[in-house]
Amino acid sequence: MVDEQDKPLSLVMFSGTDDKLTAAAVLVVGAAVMGRPVNLFLQYYALDAFRAGKVSADHALSPEATASQTPIIRGHKGQHWIDLLKQAKDVGEVNIQACALSMDMFGIGREDLDPIVDGIEGVAAFIASASDGQVVFI
Amino acid sequence: MSTLQIDKTVDARGMACPGPLMNLIGAIRQGQIGQVFEVLSSDEGSKTDIPAWVAKAKHELVEVNQDNGCAHFIVRKAR
Repeated sequence: MVDEQDKPLSLVMFSGTDDKLTAAAVLVVGAAVMGRPVNLFLQYYALDAFRAGKVSADHALSPEATASQTPIIRGHKGQHWIDLLKQAKDVGEVNIQACALSMDMFGIGREDLDPIVDGIEGVAAFIASASDGQVVFI
Repeated sequence: MSTLQIDKTVDARGMACPGPLMNLIGAIRQGQIGQVFEVLSSDEGSKTDIPAWVAKAKHELVEVNQDNGCAHFIVRKAR
């Protein structure tokens, strides 16, 4: 019997803007340090943000960020989402998979992805690893 | 503060959530069982995160002090 607190947390990462990537990465760190296995499934714009050499680029902010909020978000002292994910991988069990469909759609190959990505998988494999833990879509 | 011997101080004041917690985790991983760590944090999230992690990781939260905007956490590495 797996304790509720030890079930995996699985995130479908769809959005590729820096604010949503950061919000997701903070969740990942929290789950990882609390001992929960974490699965990330990178789709669409989030997958694009994980292209090798592109992770540190400006990925803009969500449309709901107002003109007055933008400089606040940009100027915050918090860490970059890729660094948060690296820390999460360092302290916990974090599995980052690229969605095979999105790879195909955008013509992205394994060699085009940042090395933090562990592999490429289909949706059924992701759902299998999510098992009976929560799935978050962001 | 008590007469407790501090083996390592993690000064994470000014760091954003979850930085202070991550620095504590890093320090504890490198430390020896029984060693006592002090974390200084001005991050509001630390007040909930550090006790939650210490309990989950089965270490010991020896003391928490609050002084003008900065919290001190004293943690003993228990395993």
